[in-house]
Amino acid sequence: MSPLLERLAEVRKSGDVARLAEAIPYARWMRIAPENGTGELLTRMRYHGDLIGNTFLPAIHGGTLGAMLEMAAIFHLLWETETETVPKIVNITVDYLRSARPVDVIASAKVTKQGRRMVNVFAEAWQDDRSKPVATANAHFLVKSSDEAPPSL
Amino acid sequence: MTKPPLTDHAERLALFQEWFSDIIPHNKALGLKVLDARRGFASMRLDWREELVGNPETQVLAGGPLTAMLDACCGMAVATMLKNPEPFAALDLRIDYVKPATPGQAVIAEAECYRVTHSVAFTRAFAHHGDARDPIAAAAGTFMLGTKGQAVRPRTIDPVPGEP
Repeated sequence: MSPLLERLAEVRKSGDVARLAEAIPYARWMRIAPENGTGELLTRMRYHGDLIGNTFLPAIHGGTLGAMLEMAAIFHLLWETETETVPKIVNITVDYLRSARPVDVIASAKVTKQGRRMVNVFAEAWQDDRSKPVATANAHFLVKSSDEAPPSL
Repeated sequence: MTKPPLTDHAERLALFQEWFSDIIPHNKALGLKVLDARRGFASMRLDWREELVGNPETQVLAGGPLTAMLDACCGMAVATMLKNPEPFAALDLRIDYVKPATPGQAVIAEAECYRVTHSVAFTRAFAHHGDARDPIAAAAGTFMLGTKGQAVRPRTIDPVPGEP
């Protein structure tokens, strides 16, 4: 079993979802972690200076918004679905709606369509005002294990 | 005083390294290295690091660093097409993850800006380990031109005579 799925089993007992991120080096480095304080699973990217893409505005780098939307989709799939493998991303399309200011970014995700092998997920990121998203994304994930390639997250 | 257009290849590379990696905090944090910049084309390298791993079991890079790199590389390809420096912003970016990156190996991104209209620039890109015919990821991004802010590139760039 992968370290991430072992961690998921622990987290299901303890309820401390933030610990899911500890098993992913990139999530730790980016300070991206899930939280469920409100009863809804959300993913937060804590603001830090290394996220900046435009020092003049200033604004958070678009690539980091895509990255955190992808992580939000993965945390959602791990937590909300009965996945037996780590979801493997196939593709993602990110729409940039507003420039993101230098504060925390929060994202939610929902499954648009659950297939046997493939899942379509929609994710949305915002800052202070949830009705004004800074970016949205649609992504496909393979959720059934195959021996073609190792799960890449 | 207005500086002359940049026609020296080495000087251009050094300036693109400065504009697109050194002074952009996230690109600098990723350690992006500019490999090439000519009219309509940009190339960058991302070295493998433990911090960028998505799956600790396989040590394969997460999708995020590739997304950020392809976003940056497509943006740089747009910048090489603009005669007059003007600010621009990404509208959307699609990434297909076609093969996991090999742990420990550097990833190279190559982006092409193949069309610029009055308001929109269109780009496509591939990420690979040195052989563009064996890609790790493919990307397509569009950019809105003439957005607010300040251009990252303060000088005009003309193609070097004789260069493709």
